[in-house]
Formats: sequence, C-alpha cells, structure tokens
Amino acid sequence: MSEVRLLVGTRKGAFVLTADGKREDWEVTGPFFAGWECYHLKGSPVDPQRLYCSQSSSWSGQVMQRSDDGGATWTPVGNKFLYDGVTATHQWYDGTPHPWEFKRVWHLEPSLSCPDTVYAGVEDAAMFRSCDGGNSWVELSGLRTHATAAGWMPGAGGMCLHTILIDPSDEQRMYIAISAAGAFRTDDGGVTWKPINQGLRSSHIPDPDAPVGHCVHRLAMHPTRPGTIFMQKHWDVMRTDNCGDQWTEVSGNLPTDFGFCIDVHAHEPETIYVVPIKSDAEHFPLEGKLQVFRSKSGGNEWEPLTKGLPQKDCYVNVLRDAMCVDKMEDCGVYFGTTGGQVYCSANGGESWKAIVHDLPAVLSVEVQTLS
Amino acid sequence: MVRVDLPSHLRTLAGISGEVRVQVEGVVTPRTVLDALEAAYPMLGGTIREYGSGQRRAFLRFFAGEEDFSHAGMDVVLPDSVARGEEALLVVGAVAGG
Repeated sequence: MSEVRLLVGTRKGAFVLTADGKREDWEVTGPFFAGWECYHLKGSPVDPQRLYCSQSSSWSGQVMQRSDDGGATWTPVGNKFLYDGVTATHQWYDGTPHPWEFKRVWHLEPSLSCPDTVYAGVEDAAMFRSCDGGNSWVELSGLRTHATAAGWMPGAGGMCLHTILIDPSDEQRMYIAISAAGAFRTDDGGVTWKPINQGLRSSHIPDPDAPVGHCVHRLAMHPTRPGTIFMQKHWDVMRTDNCGDQWTEVSGNLPTDFGFCIDVHAHEPETIYVVPIKSDAEHFPLEGKLQVFRSKSGGNEWEPLTKGLPQKDCYVNVLRDAMCVDKMEDCGVYFGTTGGQVYCSANGGESWKAIVHDLPAVLSVEVQTLS
Repeated sequence: MVRVDLPSHLRTLAGISGEVRVQVEGVVTPRTVLDALEAAYPMLGGTIREYGSGQRRAFLRFFAGEEDFSHAGMDVVLPDSVARGEEALLVVGAVAGG
C-alpha cells in the first residue's frame, strides 16, 4: 500500500510526518536541526530516500544536510555557496546600489533524473547546482549577471530566489522566480536566462508593466503540461500557456488575490489551489477565516474550501513554499501555517484536518508519495 | 592542545559535547585555531567565519581570559593561557532574538 511522507521546514527545525494511504493517522518525527531555521526540504524524485535540507541561522549562516534513508539520519554536506567571479550590485530598498551578499538557501529542487544533482535558489538571488549530492556547489551565474540584474530589488523577505520548476519534457528548460525581480526561464540548463514577465502588472512599482521588478511569490506547474505555469504574484493570480511568454490574470472572483502559495492538483491540470491573504500589509486570512480557494477551470472561477478549517479568529499566514499535493488516487492537498499547523485534505480539498497543531512557524511543506 | 568552547548549536552540528581540543601548530591566533577546528570538524566550515571574506560572522564573538577578541582581527595572538590550554577560546553567540 502506498504511503506519504511530509517534509516540513519550520523556524526552529525540520519535521518528517508519515502516514499510510488513508492519511488519517500520522507519525511525527523531529525536530531535526532543532533551533535552526529550515527553509526547505525536498526529496529526489529518482530516489525518494535521498532528501536535501536547507538549515540556516542568523548566528552561523548556511548549513546543508542530506539524508539517504528517508530522513531517519542526516549528514552535513557542502555549504560553500560562493558567487562566481566578481559580484556587482542590485538595488536596495531605497534605490541605492547594494552589493550582492549570500544569506541563505530558500529552495531546493532535486533533478528529475539524477539523485546526486540538485539545484538551490538562494538569497541574494542566484541559482546554484550540485552534481555530487550536495557536497559542492557551483553557481549558474548567467542568471545573476543578467543585463537587468542591477535593477533587481529585494522584496520584504529579502531578494530571494524561491521557486525552481524543471520541465519534465526537457530538463534543460527551467523556470525560476525572484522576489522582487520576477520570473525567468532558461532553455539551456541555466547558462542563459530570459525574463518572462510580459502581462504582469504591478501597480506598486514605478513602471507597472516593467520587464523586471515584479514580486512573484510562487510558480506551479502540472508535469503533463509544462508549458502552462500558474503564478501567485504579490497581488494577482496569473497563468501562462506559452512557457511564460505571455501571462494572463485569472484572479476572477477571489475575495483577495494577494497570497503566497499556489499549487496544481496531481491528476487535474486545470485544478489549482491558492490561500488568499488579506493584503500585503495584513498577512492573514480575510475576516479571520482560513480558506483555501480552488479553481477547476484553471482560474477565474474559484470556490472556497473551508470544511475543517478555522472560520473565526484565525490570523496565520501560509508561506510560498508551504503548500503541496501528493500523487495518491484521491489527491491529497497539504499546507502549513505560521501558527504551526499542518493541514491535510485527503480528498482534493473537500475537507481538511490538522495533522499537527503546534509546530514552530511552518516555512515549507513538501510531500512524497511512496509505494 | 588548545581548548575551544563552542555555542551549543555548533556542538550539536559537529556531534560533540563539552569543549573541543585541537592541535594548533605555530602561533595561536583565531585564524590558526579555526583552521585546526575546521580541519577536525569540516561541518563547522562557514559557520564561525564567512567563506568569502574569512571574517568572523557578525552574530558570534570571541573571548579569551575575560578579554574580548572579537574585533582584534583573525591574526591577533591569543593569550599564552589559551595556547597552553589553561583557558578556552570562547566562541559566543550574541544574545539576539529574545
């Protein structure tokens, strides 16, 4: 029988949550790396026992961990993230030039074909690759040295590369997103990059439809339709059907289109999920009601999913890497909150149940479907 | 042997308890002590001093013999008492975050 394994990164450590295919009874292990911020954990799709974890702290910087036994034990691996060559500047919040400084790894994306290859999205924005299981890292510097990079600016959380999507039909094609530079695509494995922000409109920047400078919060893709990408922008939910060359807004009837996370149903490429957040100043659900919204039409027409979720006095946030879907026949949807809850829906969002209530603030949730 | 007292989160990372003792060749400075420490415990690389600049991380400080060596540079000679192992080099995390 299949089982699922959730990899949960929090402000104070990492946790591994496992359940059988019913997804009713959960075993919680952890905290691993207690006291450290664990921005992201993710498993290799080639070897599910191979996991990677980003562990960091303000005191001691970045540490990387690898597990070869599904999270039972971990080994520190390479943490030397050195930008390639001379670093230039990007814009600071006040518009002045600011030197590129490595701060942490936000996101890990293991290769679809090799368990030893993994990509890392970091702050200040850049992309690194390891081909030896995380022991050493090399920057794909074509991104950071892009002609537009001097004009990139940090979002409120820092200038982070937080999303990496690999095209399953062509691993040389990848999509990334940076707050607040926007979305970019490579068609040659990360050597060269193209901004793909046409159609985005951000009223809070001087040129609302500028080629770069948009605060993209998250991208999501269904593996059978790699040319269709969904985006939760700072404000606005967007989609593209031509690999990012043109975006269209699909916020439709959402009560607020601000938010951080977005994901796609495992078996229905036009079914997508978001968690609307009140505003950029008030990072909590509208009216204290925690609601997931689902669209079965690829956007525009949305329905609230609230059964089992708190509908009063709820003022948590759901961060950009904190939603995921499993591949079970009845697609499971999961998300974690800054209040320390991890919710599971074993029926595509129809009803929800908290797996845990009291973890540290959840930064990321990933799921593995194991047979 | 030079004794080094690490903050608890780094002891956990390195899988050690209590003080660390490292063999330092030549003059005992923060740099030579950290070179020896990182050679013995590679997972501590980058956690006390930055990889790029080689400088002390901002939220960590160095003390020895009740004296603050945090701003004395990586090549300052540490007291004889540290070199002789009578006192430890203290690597202390700043009290930040409540």
